[in-house]
Amino acid sequence: MRKNISRLAIIALALMLALSACGGAAPATEKPVATEAPVVTEAPVATEAPVATEAPVAEPFVFGMLLVGPYNDNGWSQAHYEAGLYLEEKLGAKMVYLDKVNPADRPGTTPDQLAEELVAQGAKLVIFNSDDMKDASTIFAKAHPDVFVIMASGDQVWPDGKTFEELPNLTNIMGRMEYGKMMAGCAAALTTATGKIGYLGPLINDETRRLAASAYLGAKHCWETAGNDPAALQFKVTWIGFWFHIPGFTTDPVDVSKDFYTTGYDVVISGIDNPVNLGEAQKLTAEGTPSFGVAYDYVAACDAAPDVCIGVPYFNWGPEYLKAISSAADGSWSSQFIWVGPDWADINNPDTSTVGFVNGPALSEEDAAAVDAFVAELAGGLNLWSGPINLQDGTAYLADGEVASDQQVWYLPQLLEGMEGLSASE
Amino acid sequence: MLKGRGGGFLFQLIALLLAFGFVSLILLSVNASPVDAYKNMFTGSFGSMRKFAEVLVAFVPLLLVTAGLLVTFSSGLWNIGVEGQVVLGAIATTWVFRYFLESSLHPAVIITLAILGGMIGGAIWASFTGLLKVFGGVNEIFGGLGLNFVSTALTIYLIFGPWKRPGVASMSGTVPFPAEFSLSQLAELRISPWALGIALVGIVIVYFILQGTYFGLRLKAVGKNFRAAYLLGIPTWQYSMYSFLICGALAGAAGAMQVAAVYHRLIPSISSGYGYLGLMVAMLINYKAVFAIPVALFFAALNIGSIQLPILMKLDSSLSGVLQGVLVLFVLLAEGARQKFSKKA
Repeated sequence: MRKNISRLAIIALALMLALSACGGAAPATEKPVATEAPVVTEAPVATEAPVATEAPVAEPFVFGMLLVGPYNDNGWSQAHYEAGLYLEEKLGAKMVYLDKVNPADRPGTTPDQLAEELVAQGAKLVIFNSDDMKDASTIFAKAHPDVFVIMASGDQVWPDGKTFEELPNLTNIMGRMEYGKMMAGCAAALTTATGKIGYLGPLINDETRRLAASAYLGAKHCWETAGNDPAALQFKVTWIGFWFHIPGFTTDPVDVSKDFYTTGYDVVISGIDNPVNLGEAQKLTAEGTPSFGVAYDYVAACDAAPDVCIGVPYFNWGPEYLKAISSAADGSWSSQFIWVGPDWADINNPDTSTVGFVNGPALSEEDAAAVDAFVAELAGGLNLWSGPINLQDGTAYLADGEVASDQQVWYLPQLLEGMEGLSASE
Repeated sequence: MLKGRGGGFLFQLIALLLAFGFVSLILLSVNASPVDAYKNMFTGSFGSMRKFAEVLVAFVPLLLVTAGLLVTFSSGLWNIGVEGQVVLGAIATTWVFRYFLESSLHPAVIITLAILGGMIGGAIWASFTGLLKVFGGVNEIFGGLGLNFVSTALTIYLIFGPWKRPGVASMSGTVPFPAEFSLSQLAELRISPWALGIALVGIVIVYFILQGTYFGLRLKAVGKNFRAAYLLGIPTWQYSMYSFLICGALAGAAGAMQVAAVYHRLIPSISSGYGYLGLMVAMLINYKAVFAIPVALFFAALNIGSIQLPILMKLDSSLSGVLQGVLVLFVLLAEGARQKFSKKA
């Protein structure tokens, strides 16, 4: 018995060692990128070389990207990742990236620390893709004045912003998703049979308040234009606590979606980083309760559940990232706050429009036409951020005829009157 | 005796090889080269001073937790609640910092108070598990695990409630503390020599308590045979409580380091899982304090080195966790096998 066990152990051990030794030789050729990047030797070059002077050399410009969620999340992070691929194609640049950059997935690390790992791989510019990394991006930008930083969705370098700070090597880029959300709200209002629209909110901050409010404004507009009773529209926001589900820490967005769908909210608009509401809509529809969803962030997000998806407002980060990275490479970089709307000539032009909207397969032909008409109205100058609008608690936000300034929209202090849900934390 | 020890070493070596072999098989199954993976993890943790400093950042809380667990393990207690004790240490540290936010006291004084606060917070939280065990008859595994969940809930409540950022409700955590509340770091490196010093002092103290004191001997007596120790006149339940308090204080210090030296604010996952990881380290070293430093360093290096896997090889970083877990399992298996063989022999 004893002999047998030890013999077995030795055989197993030998087998494993042999296998791992073979493996070392064989698949190494399959991963040329991984094996060829000499980590240690490359690091000092990357951190010490002044970028602007070195860029004109033929070797590809290396940029890094920190993604808050998985690179294939069918939402926010995937939109960034694909923009990275777009840059590789258009610029011949090379991307190094790290996804799932959040304290729950990468315990014990901070985004500024992880950004240094990308710099060690040669990155001369690092994109921080989440509001969750805003503080870390500032720390990193200050600690590495020779590395360019793009902080998506932030406002640190907005001279008119509330937290303005001079950071010469940092640029903020954000799309005017307010328009995309209005279109989403419009599609939802046209589709709902119950007049009840749910909004699956992430965490509560300036950005998420103004986007939820934009969806409401779009919904209200299309609801009333279609001749419905204004009082019959219900719009409720439920927040989960983060950009996506982190078990044990956030409310489960699947449960939130289910709660919406089972209590008469037949359309749920996703405001989180991925469209998990679509899965629940599919399930409920299969069980006999017609349910629909609006996805978010990523152009192809509807593909996950086309039969219930009525549309997706999405970010197209490519064009602005292309401009920023080109300027970093050719030495014309300047720190900017960029907040750009759709290209109204063609909101779905991948080379020009930072924000777009795609009608989903589940949107009826008639409603699709109405959404298109609404988009045309917006393109023609319709501004739904015009008074009279009250805040959720009834205080005046915009007087009759008053149009909101950029600051008023960006820093919307509460949800709007007529919306249900928390404006700030309890 | 000598023979037994040598045999043990052989078994542990086999366990180590089996663990690496097992993980290699996993890597091969996804067409990745194990050699490259191990090489990247190694250079990712020891390839430069900056990387080694990151390893030390992870090493500090892990060593403190391990030190604490050596005490509870010695007295025969499975203090799985150590994770929550780290969290409460972080919460208490945050509380002290917030309390002195407007104060004119010297930052060094405030940081010292904050760390002490963290230790007290961890100790108090550990005492709950201890009291439940001693007076409520609740096994410390269940009590500790329950309190871990409560500690997470408490963190989230504080971050979304009383300690929230103005106008924000987010997992991102509380407002970062001013720079002077940070434990000073080495130039260009993220490691604080103070934090490292505290961790080393922690393990040295535990080593001496366990090896060189009557107190340590009694703790071990309680651990080896609770009833016999009682009959010999050792105040057993008091000793159980002492070990919980010491472990809680050390875990609380780990939480304090997470706030004062790493995150500079309270975040929901502030413990970074170091409590559970520390349990694995403690099991792996078979509760011997002398091995705490190298093994904790090894585990910290795996954590930091594995960041290279997704960047360079598109592999998931959780591979390091698999390796750590498998390693512990094989070492325990090997220990079991050794005991079986030595009995028969």
